[in-house]
Amino acid sequence: MFDALSDRLQGVFDSLTGKGSLSEKDVDAALREVRVALLEADVALPVVKDFVARVREKAVGEDVIRSVSPGQQVVKIVHDALTEVLAGDDPAPELNLRATPPVAIMMAGLQGTGKTTTAGKIALRLKEKDKKKVLLASLDTRRPAAMEQLQQLAERAGVAFLPIVQGQSATEIAKRAMNAGKLGGHDVVILDTAGRTTVDEDLMGEAAEIARIANPAETLLVADALTGQDAVETAKRFNESLPLTGLVLTRIDGDSRGGAALSMRSVTGLPIKFLGAGEKLDALQAFDARRLAGRILGQGDVVELVEKASEQVDQEEAEKLAKKMKKGQFDMDDLANQLRQLQKMGGLGGVMGLLPGMGKMKKQMAGMEMDDSILKRQEAIISSMTREERAKPIIIKASRKKRIAAGSGVAVPEVNKLIKMHRQMADMMKKAGKGGMKGMMNAMGGMGGGMPGGMDPNKLKALGAGKAAKGEGLPGLPGEGGQMPGLGGMPLGPDGLPIGMPKDGKK
Amino acid sequence: MSDQDKKPGLFSRFAKGLKRSSDRLSEGVAAIAKKPLDRETLDELEELLIASDLGGVAAMEIVEALKEQRFGENVSEAEIKEALAAEIAKRLKPYEKPLDLSGAPPRVVLFVGVNGSGKTTTLGKISQKLNDENWRPLIAAGDTFRAAAVEQVAAWADRTNTPIIKKDIGADAAGLIFDAYGQAMMQGRNVVLADTAGRLQNRRELMEELEKIVRVLKKKDPKAPHEVILVLDATVGQNALSQAEIFKQAAEVSGLVMTKLDGTAKGGVLMAVAEKHDLPIYYIGVGEGVDDLQPFDAEAFARGLVGLEKESA
Repeated sequence: MFDALSDRLQGVFDSLTGKGSLSEKDVDAALREVRVALLEADVALPVVKDFVARVREKAVGEDVIRSVSPGQQVVKIVHDALTEVLAGDDPAPELNLRATPPVAIMMAGLQGTGKTTTAGKIALRLKEKDKKKVLLASLDTRRPAAMEQLQQLAERAGVAFLPIVQGQSATEIAKRAMNAGKLGGHDVVILDTAGRTTVDEDLMGEAAEIARIANPAETLLVADALTGQDAVETAKRFNESLPLTGLVLTRIDGDSRGGAALSMRSVTGLPIKFLGAGEKLDALQAFDARRLAGRILGQGDVVELVEKASEQVDQEEAEKLAKKMKKGQFDMDDLANQLRQLQKMGGLGGVMGLLPGMGKMKKQMAGMEMDDSILKRQEAIISSMTREERAKPIIIKASRKKRIAAGSGVAVPEVNKLIKMHRQMADMMKKAGKGGMKGMMNAMGGMGGGMPGGMDPNKLKALGAGKAAKGEGLPGLPGEGGQMPGLGGMPLGPDGLPIGMPKDGKK
Repeated sequence: MSDQDKKPGLFSRFAKGLKRSSDRLSEGVAAIAKKPLDRETLDELEELLIASDLGGVAAMEIVEALKEQRFGENVSEAEIKEALAAEIAKRLKPYEKPLDLSGAPPRVVLFVGVNGSGKTTTLGKISQKLNDENWRPLIAAGDTFRAAAVEQVAAWADRTNTPIIKKDIGADAAGLIFDAYGQAMMQGRNVVLADTAGRLQNRRELMEELEKIVRVLKKKDPKAPHEVILVLDATVGQNALSQAEIFKQAAEVSGLVMTKLDGTAKGGVLMAVAEKHDLPIYYIGVGEGVDDLQPFDAEAFARGLVGLEKESA
């Protein structure tokens, strides 16, 4: 149901191809799709309405008359406007620590949004990146074991933690924390507060009191990327009660579109300072408006894909593979490696979700039951081969195939498919050096051949290169146009990019 | 933010416009009262529902159903909302079911969901309810991942006077819950309330861990876990659909609980989730106290959704 905006607009503009310019009626039709796309992304309704009106103003006019491809033009206008709203005047907001130490940072937010974890992450970042001496203090007297949680995070981050004193109120702890910060010579004191509902007057009053005591240089509202329409209300109410200075959007590693960010940014005008992207303490990203805009519109997040790839790829393995490939070798062990890496990156679905313009393909795959169990089965087939067979798949004939099939619990044709796929990939490897896009597409065809039902390489071409040639996708978005990274058992190069993917943006 | 003088950027114009549009919206709702249900009124109602996270499709369907109804010339806003709530309640009614733990003990109830949705708190409150009703629950501290998660659920065990099986952070959750089942058998506890670590549904390796918990439990009892409760946070938007789908695949979700309905969030996506996956809604959480976990009531929920005061039940 979450179709990328460009897919949606494709339908609207299919009838218009060749017209070259947009009437008001065309724009309105497109904007209806934009509206639905934004609502599906959980952008709050009043924000959507206003945003659409704003885009309409821009779209009906000379911008569009000059356009070649109407769909592309509207998507670009929407994307640019989104980026502008998300980024505001400061494209890379950092924490403001310009105050007399100890500088207080206060964390606020609804229950369960990730305040405590974020407090730990910010502490680690300040310590590692800014070489600050940090004190973490928990003011959460409500949730059982909240204080212990922060204490454990402080230990992991290697920063100081304000000792727990049972029975103290949050405001008392705030005073004690600021005092301890002063006496201990800390640069920064991070105050983690209890989660609260916005309608709880007492707790909101308490938070305001804490802010008065600590006079924080930064008061961060922590919100969850999964948040729906309520984001507006939450942001508004916290902003009314507290001297908020910025937003942190957590759980951006989920599969939500993150429209809440736009809602909250719009009603408060506050900069988004960080994105939380996982449970680990170093999973705190600097905010990037273009990327988030692309995500809200469902355009995929190629940057994240590349980051994920470089995180997961074993550098040594990759170099070994590169060397072997130069010699024209690519054996079954290498294929098994590729399959494992693909699984680590979240499987086929995970990878495809991050690719722009892949909505249709994802559906096709679902229709063919091409899920990740295939990756596992293929891995199992390879593990049922002897060492010799893996090194020299050419020796695998009928009786060996039968044994392998029995060993991995599949039918012989599946073994055949895997062998065929391996052969095609190995062929592609040889060409990869000069192959570029063409090599990639061939390889994808090869992958398809290994899948039940097969996948038509021509369809893939149409979805990838063909679409790019028509100019779909967003200009300036990383990885748009012809640079469609490969998928399926696509080998990854030493740089973490799929091999054959142009690195310099050339097509 | 820097507040230097510069030409008004898109953002500031946008913010101004936003205020206008939200003002318009609230005026709009009051204005509805004096109008018959024309297209404009229906659109406004649809927007009201979308703003409650009901989702575009369901919002449209409900409003279309309302179109069939006739209203007098001077119909009030409250009357229209009553009708709207009735439509929603009608659709939600089939999903109003209590948590049923009858059957050969011990019954295993698994609590699953994304991080921070309120699994542990819900477990604690249900533990209290079961104790009050003379069940003999046992808690399995299956969140062996998050810092201090064990302490949190242990505090609930303490508060509700319920035995608990726990291990250190990093222990194998499936093994722990498996052991808890064995302990429940030995100690004559008839319900195992198993906490699990919060996980985002697109994290495959974490979902596999959940699959393992289910698989291992089946060795004790092929029908276990007897209930798998997906805990949803009322603030969640359309992503709840994705959560339900993937958690159902991994862990045979059998019912829903929605927490944090005491805030401003309306939790409308609950209807879409229940309908799409045919899942009963056992409880809703409206506050921090044990009694604030209430059995789901379709009418009350629907009234809250459209912004009507709750009837004194």
